[in-house]
Amino acid sequence: MAETHSLQDIRQQATVAAKVFIQRDYTSGTMCQFQTKFPTELETRIDKQQFEETVRTLNNLYAEAEKLGGHSYLEGCLACLTAYTIFLCMETHYEKVLKKIAKYIQEQNDKIYAPRGLLLTDPIERGLRVIEITIFEDRSTGSGR
Amino acid sequence: MKNCEYRQIEPQGLGTPNAAPPPPAGANDADTRAKRRRKWEVFPGKNRFYCDGRIMVARQSGVLPLTLGLIVLTSCLFFVFDCPFLVEHVTSCIPAIGGALFAFVIISLLQTSFRDPGILPRATADEAAYTEKQIDDSASSSYRPPPRTLEVIINQQVVKLKYCFTCKMFRPPRTSHCSLCDNCVERFDHHCPWVGNCVGKRNYRFFYAFIVSLSFLTAFIFGCVTTHLTLRSQGGKGLITAVQESPPSCTALELIVCFFSVWSILGLSGFHTYLVASNLTTNEDIKGSWSGNSGVQNTVNPYSYNNIFANCCAVLCAPLPPSLIDRRGFLPTQESPPAAQPQVELPVFVGKSDLTVV
Repeated sequence: MAETHSLQDIRQQATVAAKVFIQRDYTSGTMCQFQTKFPTELETRIDKQQFEETVRTLNNLYAEAEKLGGHSYLEGCLACLTAYTIFLCMETHYEKVLKKIAKYIQEQNDKIYAPRGLLLTDPIERGLRVIEITIFEDRSTGSGR
Repeated sequence: MKNCEYRQIEPQGLGTPNAAPPPPAGANDADTRAKRRRKWEVFPGKNRFYCDGRIMVARQSGVLPLTLGLIVLTSCLFFVFDCPFLVEHVTSCIPAIGGALFAFVIISLLQTSFRDPGILPRATADEAAYTEKQIDDSASSSYRPPPRTLEVIINQQVVKLKYCFTCKMFRPPRTSHCSLCDNCVERFDHHCPWVGNCVGKRNYRFFYAFIVSLSFLTAFIFGCVTTHLTLRSQGGKGLITAVQESPPSCTALELIVCFFSVWSILGLSGFHTYLVASNLTTNEDIKGSWSGNSGVQNTVNPYSYNNIFANCCAVLCAPLPPSLIDRRGFLPTQESPPAAQPQVELPVFVGKSDLTVV
């Protein structure tokens, strides 16, 4: 078994110290983008570059979901012609990208955030308003880190 | 060094209430599973849910049955009384066109009424506390109340975001709180009593399809009924006899309903076509947010692409956003047995107690 830390292990040993909420960035309109400003509460836990990289990738993924292009027009026209009943059997482009985002967040949690006692919550569970980062207390000093 | 068994669990299964029901590990869990509730059952807004959360309408959906009834009744009268005559005397395409329009109207109406219009879920307690803290921190030490608006710059335009006291969050741009439904709705257009729901980001295109197809349908029926009466009266019998021959109450009813509907619905379609072309909402148009009424010069709509075609595509053909309220998700169970954490669904491990070995 890999020497990765189980999140349950952290949860059993640590309690939630704080929660940080990364807010939305509305400078380019109503598109879903998050602020890349590095919160001070995370300074001791994670690299600024790493954090910004995560948020930037998420922003790019959300931009891809909401992109207006040939694909979305085709989907819109096809849906209109079938009186929108096609959505009963087909997944929308947005939903496909949301699945990609969920996988990315899980991967980031596994590789980068969980070993540092942090947990990213998928923004879709907070109404795409914030990225919630839970900071766990660092009490696992004796557990062979 | 370690003799305990680490098992990598899904991080998503921890902090989120979206986990599927856990496998039963005892009588306790079986009871809990039987009582698991879905999120729509505890939804704080004034909405009604049917089909186990798949369908939602506003609580006051009183006029929707009237809308449906009028459309279905007028169309039935048309198919029963006018179609046979017109098929014989004009063309047999008429019932086909009428049928297609009728189906499209009903489907768009149901899509508008039963969809989530773009409701924003209310802020969690932690998020609300964090926002409050930010507001209090930014307030000066004077006796002024802390600011409840946030200014952002969108496309070189200053936009004020208001704080919603019910939902405990700063509303995103173009979001408004509907007092009838008690929800914040994204890209809020208006609350339509005829449709029995708010019209917002997620159902605006269906609403637009509904009113446009309804204007075609009413114009079509009106035209057909007029043609029917004209043809009958041209048969050398005169208009009065023609009306007497076809059941008078039905024809008169169809004419009256269609006449009034055509003007009002055509007008509404025209208005919404203008809104779509300029990427505005009814709410913004009524309040005059971007027309310079507020006294500030040079206010332009920051969301418009300044191109009619681009605006239409952005409003009607953009990717359909998902529902943010997850009404069919399960609520996290509130049990707190000694070994597990509260509000967390954990898979059961073998030798769970060994994991606390340091």
